[in-house]
Parts: sequence; C-alpha cells; structure tokens
Amino acid sequence: MPEKPKIGFYWCGSCGGCEESVVDLALDLLVVVDAVDIVFFPVGMDFKREDVEALPDGAMAACFINGCIRTSEQEEMSALLRQKSQNLIAYGACATSGGIPGLANQFTKEQILRFVYETSPSTHNEAGVRPQVASQDAGHALTIPALRDRVRALDQVVDVDYYLPGCPPTPELLKNAVLALLNGQLPEKGSVLAPDVALCDQCRRKDTKPTELKYTEFIRPHLVKADPNTCFLAQGIVCMGPSTRSGCGALCIEGNMPCSGCFGATSRVRDQGAKMLSTLAASVTADNRDDAERILAGIPDPVGTFYRYSLPHSLLRGSTANLPKSTRNGGSRP
Amino acid sequence: MQDDTVIPVPRTEAVQAGVGGWEPKIVAFFCNWCTYTAADLAGVSRLRYAPNVRVIRVMCSGRVDPQFVLDAFAKGAVGVLIGGCHPGDCHYIEGNYKALRRVTFLHRLLESLGIEKERLRLEWISASEGDRVRTAVNEITETVRQLGPLDIRSRNAALDREVEARVHAHGEEAILHA
Ligand code: SF4
Ligand code: SF4
Ligand code: FES
Repeated sequence: MPEKPKIGFYWCGSCGGCEESVVDLALDLLVVVDAVDIVFFPVGMDFKREDVEALPDGAMAACFINGCIRTSEQEEMSALLRQKSQNLIAYGACATSGGIPGLANQFTKEQILRFVYETSPSTHNEAGVRPQVASQDAGHALTIPALRDRVRALDQVVDVDYYLPGCPPTPELLKNAVLALLNGQLPEKGSVLAPDVALCDQCRRKDTKPTELKYTEFIRPHLVKADPNTCFLAQGIVCMGPSTRSGCGALCIEGNMPCSGCFGATSRVRDQGAKMLSTLAASVTADNRDDAERILAGIPDPVGTFYRYSLPHSLLRGSTANLPKSTRNGGSRP
Repeated sequence: MQDDTVIPVPRTEAVQAGVGGWEPKIVAFFCNWCTYTAADLAGVSRLRYAPNVRVIRVMCSGRVDPQFVLDAFAKGAVGVLIGGCHPGDCHYIEGNYKALRRVTFLHRLLESLGIEKERLRLEWISASEGDRVRTAVNEITETVRQLGPLDIRSRNAALDREVEARVHAHGEEAILHA
C-alpha cells in the first residue's frame, strides 16, 4: 500500500474552537483519518516537538495552523512546521488575519500586562509579580516564551500557502480542503479555500435586502428582538454580510444574529473594516455632519465592530499610537 | 507663507525649511468636475500654494473609498485632503453627501486608530474657486506640519524586527506581508 500523505494540526494563540471544528468532522473524521496519516496534533494525540523535528523537511503534505502569533514559541513552531510541510495552511480567522486576539493591537503590551497582572478587578497581586522570560525557582532555572509587542497573523511571520477562514472554519470546508489536497486539486498558491462572493449571496434573507438602504438609526442587536426573516441591515442592525466572504452557510443569520465578519473579506477588498464603514456610512440619511454624527453614534465601537477578526491584517494593523516612536525629527512640532 | 506672489518654480527653500529636512506629504483626492478644475485654475492663475500635496483626480468625491484614505496613511501620507462639489452640485447627485458621511465616520475610526482627525479634511470647492484650493492646501499643510510625522510604515517595520530575529535564528526565510 502506498504511503498515506502526512498531515499535521497545530495551535498557536487560539481558544481551542478550531481544534473543536476538526473533531466536528464527526463521521467524516473517519474518512479523513483513513486517507491521511496524522503526524502532529498536540490537542488530540500524543506527539512532541521532537517528533516534528525528526521529520525530514517537507515531510508533511499539509499542516493546518490555527491561532494568532504573539509569542516567541509560536514563531518558532510556525517556522519549524513551515520547514516540515509542503503546504502550510492558515486555519481559522486568527491564523488568517489575526482574529479576536488581534484586537489587542489597540493596546500596548505594557497596558495589557498592567491590566491583567495588576489592575483588573479580580486580580490580587500586591507584589506586582509579572511573568519573566527567565526565572529561578527552588534552584531551577525556568523559562517561558517571550510575549511580543504585537499580535500577528501567520503570514506576517512565515510564508503561507492557503487560508481557511472562519471562527472556526466549518467542518465542510476542512473536508473539502483535505479532499482537494488528496486529489491534487488545490488552487493557486495564496488562495482562500472558500467561495469568493459576499455572504449576502448565500443568505436566505437576501430577497428582503433593499437595493437602496437608508439608515435613520442603528440598533444594537441586544436591544431588539430581530425579525427572523428580514435582512438585518433593513432592520438597522449592523450585519457584516456585504463585506464578508461566504462559505459558512450563513450560520449566525440562521441563529438570528447578524454576521460579525469572521470569514474576512473577498479577494476584491483589501481592508474589510474600511469597506464596511464605507457601505454603511454611504447609506446614512444625513446631508450634514451633525446628523451623520448622530446616526453613526449608533455604532459606538467601529474598530471592534468592523475589524473584529482582521485588525492585524488591516491597512493600519492596529492603533498607530502604540508603535515605537518615529526616529524622524518631528516637523515644526514644538 | 506668502500669498499671491507669482512664483512659477517649486519653492525648494520651503522644502529645506522643515526641521531635519522633514516636509509633510499630503495626498489630495480632487473631484474631476470641481476641485480638480479649480486646482487647474489656481495653476493658470499662478496662485502659489504649499508644494506638499500629490493630487489624484477622481470622478467624484463619492469615489473616494475609505480604503484609499487608510492606504495613504499606511504608505506615508501625513494628511489627506478630499475636494468635492458643493452640496447640491455633485454630478452624480449624492456622491458628495456620501463623502461627507464617510469622512464623518472615518474621523472617529482614525482617532480610535491613533491618527488625529485633523489629518483628514473634506472641502467643497467649485471649479471657479482656485483661491479656495490654495487656502485648503495651505491650511492642511500647516495643520499636519504642527501635528508632525506619522511614519507608520517604518514604525511597523521597526516592530517587526522582533519577529525577523527569531525566525532567522531558525534558518528560515521569513516573508513578511503587510
Ligand atoms: S446584510 Fe446580513 S442579513 Fe442582510 S442579506 Fe446580507 S448577510 Fe443576510
Ligand atoms: S455569519 Fe459571519 S460571523 Fe457568522 S460564521 Fe458566517 S461569516 Fe462568521
Ligand atoms: S461630481 Fe464632484 S463631488 Fe460628485
């Protein structure tokens, strides 16, 4: 019997949901497991880093990495898995574009550490102890990975071949990706393995979406009981459908919640958040700044709303206030 | 800066005047039907204005995608000026109102992303208002000069060096996107 293709799964800065979606293959998992040889899957099987190191370069046909990259260890593992895989696949929103943890790019590392280890209401840490990369305990030298200054998507650290978006991706998309791999039908390198049309196209409510939307106010989803059959935008509820790639089967819409954008943008859009801002703002019924401001105040957190899963991959990558100081002499600033 | 004197050549001394040689770069998106024509008129009338703007002609202020604005900042602009037809005068009826709403929202987004909202400015300038082009350009130039450089690209690159060191230590070539 010919050797089965080797594949691996790994998690970086992740919540575990992406691993869960692998298990959600349910009976299809058996089909996958039958067709491939899983050589690395720390959450589900007992493999060690040494096992990966022992593999020849390019030994894995594909490795699926989920989670964002924020620590030195995640960078090392990504580099190692890159070396050992013919195809490196960013699996899920965090690996693809930074994901929810990417919103941390609105803060500095210092702000985050201070809050988490000192000032958060549930913290009691009078000595102000913080994690140290190297420390001593009872005569033992201990080390932990270094925390980086920014959250990154996988392709901001190593070269990536394919992207499987979603928070998490659906088992269906994973199955299709594995089948494409087995049949040698993977598309052009750099492709996103999901349909390249907007979610609205797949949405059961699309017939109720007016061709010309007119917003007089925006209503936040927790404040109303949304009509389950009418387009969210027609109800004044922000739905990321128009600027989000399809492929999920409109899961959230079916649960009567608006899309929050986890599949990222289509290939025609560079910055998902700016595109959504553009679409919504254009259709606000205001012909002056004051009215526009009043209506748009109904969207209190544009970064968290429009860039919920894509801030590290956006044009500005996060708050520019947190970047290192410019080395340039500052104009005529006093 | 002086006003009306006819100076047909770029003021190189103005370029050298910035502290440390720094001169603000401003991207201007001007509507073909009004502000762009006004800028032409300003040129023909030899009105002198700050040499800091790079003008991009668009068919309507409503064509200015917010992605263009963020991209300009990401690529080195310290200010963005959008010029469109006066309310009621847009050739595509509503384009300038769309621009107004987008800029209103962009101001809030920019502030959340650490960019002062004064760096983005929207002006209504008709084809005959060459002097308003001069005023608008001079004003935003002065504003961003006071606000200072942004340097987003090189500051991001400085941050990314924390990654490169690690990945290269592994003997792997990193391809850094973004
Ligand atoms: S905006 Fe949302 S609810 Fe409306 S059609 Fe698109 S995905 Fe469906
Ligand atoms: S509806 Fe939107 S947020 Fe929900 S799973 Fe689909 S793409 Fe993700
Ligand atoms: S045509 Fe000038 S702003 Fe629309």
